Amino acid sequence: MQQQAKLAAPKLRSPETSLGRRKVTKYWQLYALALPAVAYFVLFCYVPMYGVQIAFKDFVPVRGIWGSEWIGFEHFDRFFHSYYFGTLIENTVLINLFQLALFPVAIIVALSINELKNGPFKKIVQTITYIPHFISVVVLCGMMIAFLNPSTGILNRGIEALTGRTLPFLTDPSWFKPVFVLSGEWQNLGWGAIIYLAALAGVSPDLHEAATVDGATRWQRIRHINIPSILPTIIILFILSTGNLMNVGFEKVFLLQNELNMEGSDVIQTYVYRTGLLSGQYSFSSAVGLFNSVVNLAILVTVNGIARKVSHTSLW
Amino acid sequence: MQAIRIKPSRPDRIFELANMFFLCLLLLVVLYPLVYVTSASVSDPQDVNSGSMWLYPMHVTIEGYHRVFQNPDILTGYRNTILYTILGVLINLAVMVPCAYTLSRKDLPYRNAMMMFMLVTMFFSGGLIPSYLLVKNLHLLDTFWALVIPNAANVWSIIVIRTFFQSTIPREVEEAAEMDGCSVFRLFGRIVLPLSAPILAVMALFQGVGHWNAYFNAMIYLSNRDLFPLQLVIREILVLQEMSVSMLMNGSGDMEVMAEQARIADIVKYAVKIVSALPLLIVYPFLQRFFVKGMLIGSVKG
Repeated sequence: MQQQAKLAAPKLRSPETSLGRRKVTKYWQLYALALPAVAYFVLFCYVPMYGVQIAFKDFVPVRGIWGSEWIGFEHFDRFFHSYYFGTLIENTVLINLFQLALFPVAIIVALSINELKNGPFKKIVQTITYIPHFISVVVLCGMMIAFLNPSTGILNRGIEALTGRTLPFLTDPSWFKPVFVLSGEWQNLGWGAIIYLAALAGVSPDLHEAATVDGATRWQRIRHINIPSILPTIIILFILSTGNLMNVGFEKVFLLQNELNMEGSDVIQTYVYRTGLLSGQYSFSSAVGLFNSVVNLAILVTVNGIARKVSHTSLW
Repeated sequence: MQAIRIKPSRPDRIFELANMFFLCLLLLVVLYPLVYVTSASVSDPQDVNSGSMWLYPMHVTIEGYHRVFQNPDILTGYRNTILYTILGVLINLAVMVPCAYTLSRKDLPYRNAMMMFMLVTMFFSGGLIPSYLLVKNLHLLDTFWALVIPNAANVWSIIVIRTFFQSTIPREVEEAAEMDGCSVFRLFGRIVLPLSAPILAVMALFQGVGHWNAYFNAMIYLSNRDLFPLQLVIREILVLQEMSVSMLMNGSGDMEVMAEQARIADIVKYAVKIVSALPLLIVYPFLQRFFVKGMLIGSVKG
């Protein structure tokens, strides 16, 4: 009997230990799957974050990031007092506020498409309005430059036919922001609507049936059922877009920028590019970039906080 | 339900009409520039520039396309872009999909910490200059890899893939596989991946569109023209309006030659847009349902 017990004991324990060992193997393997991505984020996101200290240093390439001398907030000071500071902030903020003002367009498009019966027309509307999203910024800007050309552009030909004069869309600083924002809207209104359409698809049909029985018109159902139902989605996307408040579509600004419209088109990020990569003032332009990121983050945190208090919907 | 269909009320009818009108207007606004570019690409540039060509093609010619495909820069760019896109997408998927699976496992220790570690990068970054210096220090400048490694992963896509795994792979399958002694690698390769074809398609497309259309990294990281992607070549033609010597006739100061140069520049302008955008526009309608599905998955708060 004793012998049997002795023999049985390890047999009883063994599944447990091997289960424990299996767990370790399991986690080890799971972490191994995540390893490439983690390595990527460390190298290409966290190392540059570490490198951002050159904003507080007098960076000399041969001495490296660590070996360069600390100089505190000198670069920031220089930026805040520079001639461009006011213009850069104004352009960056205005372009974004303009963009934010058009935030509801995608919602309206989605609500409108959602009212269509499933059928070929709905499909056509969706297919066509998504197309511009697939056009590259370079091609889009090429199209704009062609359309807005004062002597050969079709838009200016049209305006000339109607009013007898042409408009300097790309050469006058005051035209830059509307041109930039409206073309962006053309490109993204359909695509931006997809996410709201997805949310609208989740609205319970029971609500609509009940409301219809009670005599609600379509308009009333949109106002009192559809909009409240997608409100959390709207809030989340709104918070995310304010988190980008200081990040204008910089690749596009850069393409549409020229010496004549600079006063209205120069934004923080194009300035960083010019001072940093073109004139090689690495430290100074890192400071400008860092300032931009910090302001962005602060806005995001604030808006998220407000949203959490007011609507109980927030990113975190 | 039947009672509802029988009498659409007057306000509803007005609403429907207004809605139709709005959407038709929208279609017109979106469609017109696209139609215009298409027509202009096969029309005589004189008609285009004078404004007499405004909707349908006039004096049809395919010289523009002919010239585009004769341009060595565009052809090299095209080849490069195809390579960047394919390789870029493969790297994206290889890096992001396994990681997303790991994050989808609720039984993983330190899962939230890992998630936070990645989310931080969504809202804060070192910025342009430190990233540039990093790529420079890694000796990636002016190499093929500069366009596919620094953008190998992004948090948003990982979250979307993770959400897909969480909602489609039943926990029981994983548990059963584990009970049978199946390793995580096998589970991932034999069960998870075969079930995730839709999300792989969506992600390949999202990332593919991104790689195809990108120009900025190429502009800052590359100076060797042989490595230029298509978008960078197009930028020179459309935005800088700087035709490379090979495309133009011999650059003597002759007026006639100059006029001819201008004419060629004009005729190429529209064709090159179509040529660069066409591959995506052809692929897109077939994959539209996948795209929409992908956005749907992504919209589920993760």
